[in-house]
Amino acid sequence: MVLEELVQIKEQELASRKKFTLRCCLAAGCVSSNAQAVKDALDRAVKEAGLEKEVEVRGVGCMRLCCEGPLVAVDPAEVLFEKVAPADCDALVATLKGVPSQLKRGDLTAPFFKHQLSIVLENCGLVDPDRIESYIAADGYLALRNVLREMTPQEVVQLVTRSGLRGRGGAGYPTGLKWATVAKTTSSRKFVICNADEGDPGAFMDRSVLESDPHRVIEGMIIAAYAVGADQGFIYVRAEYPLAIQRLQTAIRQAKQYGLLGSGVFESPFNFNIEIRIGAGAFVCGEETALMASIEGRRGQPRPRPPFPAESGLWGHPTLINNVETFANIPPIALKGAEWFAGIGTERSKGTKVFALAGKITNTGLIEVPMGTPLRTIVEEMGGGAPEGGQIKAVQTGGPSGGCIPASQLDTPVDYESLAKLGSIMGSGGMIVMDQTTNMVDVARFFMEFCMDESCGKCVPCRAGTVQMHHLLRKVMDRKATSRDLAKLEELCDMVKNTSLCGLGQTAPNPVLSTLRYFRNEYLELLQPAPKQPAAVAPATGIF
Amino acid sequence: MAAKTLTIDGQMVGAAEDQTILEAARDAGIHIPTLCHLEGVQDVGACRLCLVEVTGINKLLPACVTKVTEGWEVRTSSERLQRYRRMVLELLFAERNHVCAVCVANGHCELQNLAVSLGMDHVRFDYQHPRLDVDLSHRLFGMDHNRCVLCTRCVRTCWYIEGAGTLNVAGRGEKSKIITDLNAPWGDSTTCTSCGKCVMACPTGALFYRGVTVAEMERDRGHLEYIVTAREKKQWIV
Repeated sequence: MVLEELVQIKEQELASRKKFTLRCCLAAGCVSSNAQAVKDALDRAVKEAGLEKEVEVRGVGCMRLCCEGPLVAVDPAEVLFEKVAPADCDALVATLKGVPSQLKRGDLTAPFFKHQLSIVLENCGLVDPDRIESYIAADGYLALRNVLREMTPQEVVQLVTRSGLRGRGGAGYPTGLKWATVAKTTSSRKFVICNADEGDPGAFMDRSVLESDPHRVIEGMIIAAYAVGADQGFIYVRAEYPLAIQRLQTAIRQAKQYGLLGSGVFESPFNFNIEIRIGAGAFVCGEETALMASIEGRRGQPRPRPPFPAESGLWGHPTLINNVETFANIPPIALKGAEWFAGIGTERSKGTKVFALAGKITNTGLIEVPMGTPLRTIVEEMGGGAPEGGQIKAVQTGGPSGGCIPASQLDTPVDYESLAKLGSIMGSGGMIVMDQTTNMVDVARFFMEFCMDESCGKCVPCRAGTVQMHHLLRKVMDRKATSRDLAKLEELCDMVKNTSLCGLGQTAPNPVLSTLRYFRNEYLELLQPAPKQPAAVAPATGIF
Repeated sequence: MAAKTLTIDGQMVGAAEDQTILEAARDAGIHIPTLCHLEGVQDVGACRLCLVEVTGINKLLPACVTKVTEGWEVRTSSERLQRYRRMVLELLFAERNHVCAVCVANGHCELQNLAVSLGMDHVRFDYQHPRLDVDLSHRLFGMDHNRCVLCTRCVRTCWYIEGAGTLNVAGRGEKSKIITDLNAPWGDSTTCTSCGKCVMACPTGALFYRGVTVAEMERDRGHLEYIVTAREKKQWIV
């Protein structure tokens, strides 16, 4: 592959475009509401209407408004049909000839769409994830070509550093700094890993990116590998995402066929291969050291850091490990420049962030907004608030590692520092909205149960501490706890947070701490009065 | 090899550059409590008893796996650390069924000794009382999961000292369990060399030699008869 071929593929693809395009969402959300049958019905309806020469039916990825799926968009009319059933397809195709229909149309000027700024998701819903040509037509792999032909690895690292991009997996570590560390190590082998083990309850950002635009992630990984000097990459994706795995496999095969992966990428001396590793269902394998242990074929358990993966990762070699969304940000940065990217977002959080809106909210789905967008804009304007006249009570960000932000703090801008200040975290982008019917103690209990089940069992505070915290939370829920139990719970939160080995344990108390901080009354209301006469001498309850 | 100088509990300590805080403290006569650490096998930093404070570093660091750094001020026994250590022990005692009075390791148990030395005199958390198995299928050794603290000293010993790779951990979280081979009874293991190193490594009574536990003593009455018969009748019973 050389530039001329890339341009040729793009031109061919654009030339083959027909007068109308019907884009039918085939990402997991819509597929689960029968979108594949809709796509088949559209194909048939177009054929029966004799419009094959004028209409292309394209299976695409996520078009954001998952709750209204299956979604079908019409180009160039800029119409979005919602909740399309296979039986609606004849009528839908007829609208192309100007026949009016009663089909449900989405309002593309609604705040849900209007406030979005698509960088990571710019191709999602437009390109066909199963066809590399479709991605190339959207300037795919152009960034890679430019990087390989016009930039040194050091310049790529500097570019990413200047962009101010921070890791989208949750912790927000500066991506450029991580790349620079790996690039500077001298080792005969280096690895690049894409962490696609998205496991937070209610989070589906990475899944959507992988299902909608797998080539984008692959291109980002190849650029990263060139920058740090790696020749082997792994995508660690959870087995619960079969569609993402299938599309990644297709994408890797196509990229190899076009000489974009393998030996001599873009006919340069640079070699890079990507293998897929499928997770076996352990949440903790999203933690980087556990993930690497799992790739190596060992038990997926974290180990103490340092040494960090950048220094000693897979099989002891320097390893760059980034999240799906981080890699997906790389090609546009390489194409449009670091300054363009750094111009979006806030002082310390650059670019955009993809969030998965879920829970008690009218518009569930995927949104991408500039960093610093107030939570209120996201949940009230874009999300449309709580359904059926409900009141938003809290927003949970960061999954089991995050916290609950009360409605009173909704004007907080969404960036790494502001969310941390509120006792939550940015996390990977799951955003669960709760209304007045939600019991916050039960929310804390739910997340603690999750952490308890997902603790790997290696270190004592996380393995046994989460069990005891869950037990105490259940006791509160059952109205059997006293103020002493609450004190014990708080003491455990402090201990588990400060003594656990990895991030899972260190952040497991966060949902409890944040609900205690903002909704303490709900705990107090459930407490039993403490016994009036505390025993003078604490009886030895142990039998050891 | 370059040497490093640091202070541990206010005492100036010299250390080799590849030494851990634990080793440097030990050489200086400063005791840091440990449970999952065992001389001779790779450390995992899992029990969190050896966590120490270092001035200027927010996080607590496990002394067993943290290399010394020039100029560090390390504190090994602040009030906070002692409280956390007692809580680790409380969590361990509440997690499984540790009944010292009927345990083979009573008086020789690291968990018990730690409770005594760290002043953990009662457990405030509710006992979990899990129902766990005892594997007595091996001819020489027994494994009582009720007494296991999941320190994995036996596993590491089996892999790195004996090289047999018989022992491993199955399950996760509170359901974690030491297993032999692919969770087959120990007595059926095809890889166990019956070397007994795991029993030597175990800090509690979870791994033990068979025949010496409570109610296992058997007397050989026939031996007395053998001697008496030999003396009096000059007959040797075969």
